[in-house]
Amino acid sequence: MSNVLEVKNLIVKFDNEKVINNLSFKINKGEFLTIVGPNGSGKTVLLRSLLGLISQYEGEINWDKKVKIGYLPQSLTHLKVKDMPLTVKEFLCLKNINDDKIAELLKLVGLNNDILKKLIGNLSGGQFQRMLMVWALANEPNVLLFDEPTTGVDMGGEKTIYDLLYKIWEEKKITIILITHDLNIVYKYSTDVLCVSKNNICHSSPKEVLLPEMLEEIYDMPIKFYKHNH
Amino acid sequence: MTKQFLLSLISGVFIGGAAGYIGALMLQKRMALAAGPLGHLALPGVALALVYGFNTSLGAFSFILLGIFLIWLLELKTNLPTEALTAIVFSSGVAIGFLFLPIEQAEAALVGNITSISWQETFITVLLCIVVVVITKVIFSKMMLINVSEDLAKIEGINIKKYNLVYLVLIAIVVALGVKLVGALLTAALVAIPTATARNLSNSNKLYKILSLVFGVLAPIIGLIIFKFTNLSAGILIIISSAVLFLISMFIKKKYE
Repeated sequence: MSNVLEVKNLIVKFDNEKVINNLSFKINKGEFLTIVGPNGSGKTVLLRSLLGLISQYEGEINWDKKVKIGYLPQSLTHLKVKDMPLTVKEFLCLKNINDDKIAELLKLVGLNNDILKKLIGNLSGGQFQRMLMVWALANEPNVLLFDEPTTGVDMGGEKTIYDLLYKIWEEKKITIILITHDLNIVYKYSTDVLCVSKNNICHSSPKEVLLPEMLEEIYDMPIKFYKHNH
Repeated sequence: MTKQFLLSLISGVFIGGAAGYIGALMLQKRMALAAGPLGHLALPGVALALVYGFNTSLGAFSFILLGIFLIWLLELKTNLPTEALTAIVFSSGVAIGFLFLPIEQAEAALVGNITSISWQETFITVLLCIVVVVITKVIFSKMMLINVSEDLAKIEGINIKKYNLVYLVLIAIVVALGVKLVGALLTAALVAIPTATARNLSNSNKLYKILSLVFGVLAPIIGLIIFKFTNLSAGILIIISSAVLFLISMFIKKKYE
């Protein structure tokens, strides 16, 4: 299996404080990698550095040359665009997606064509995230990066968003890099886990990471993961 | 219709339209009020122009650019929020403006003097407004994406700093021209009111853009016609017309819902 990404000795500093300290890992093609870790451990900073949104870092970030990235930012929710006079169609056209592609992707993410005429600020949290997924998938990416894609989505909707992600991963045989707090998702879907925390950096399989001793080390407090058998 | 009135009408229509059009982006960036401080910054420039007898828009434009540069410089040197720096720079601008402003000509600086515009000034105004509208049209969709999410825009390879700079220069031009139309204190109304009116009545970005321009054009036409009959200050009448259009749009919006 070939690498899509190799990170070597990555250090990111803000005001001389190291947010990411000497992180090295590789991601194989076709991995469903979840990134876990406590708040403030640098998960989002890591993802933003990988995307090139943070340009000042030490170390190496090497993407495979054939990589095409799709991305869903954490900060963007339907509430942020509440009063924008911009329809779903107009939003998607900002990326020059043609009509056929839009129709195909809407179907994939489970949205109806009627939604195109709605203002993006009037969508529900779930609909908005699905629309962003259409955006992210438009240029046929082979790597998808998601930062808590269920921000602003209610409890019931969260599960369907993750189910959808898994479906896309299976169907399109792409690599997914996902930040999430939901350990159930880690257990159920991911093939690999990267944990980032002050005292520990690990990269291994979900089964190992989700052991109580391991979780306690990552989150610096006793956390027990209960396996749900649906 | 006299030639002077026609010149005022033409420049009014063009300035109003350009201001409404670029205002459509300012409202989205929550910058509608920024045109206010910028207009105030222009005041010393307008004052100098009146004292030395050159074009007020030219004086305004150079002082707006100077003001933007000062705010940018202070932002680099201090950790204060932009609003605070803008407040410092623009109030100093107003104070310095009043220091120079010849009191018998204060009216022109405060509420504009569009009704005495020359044909040369009209010509340049029309030209600049066309440039502003064309460039705004070119950068509009990219700016919209930046407004939705700077991260998404960066990933798409948009140079945000470059677009913001172009955008800022366009605003400076519109505000400088707006000073001639409605005076230094009321320029914010030129960009803010027509777009708010348009926002009330649009259910898409396309309609919103067109209506912003239409209401930007309508206000000076109505204002100047009323001026013709009443001889009250044209600048003030234009802003009041714009505000009345906004009120009407509120009622229509209610009917929609």
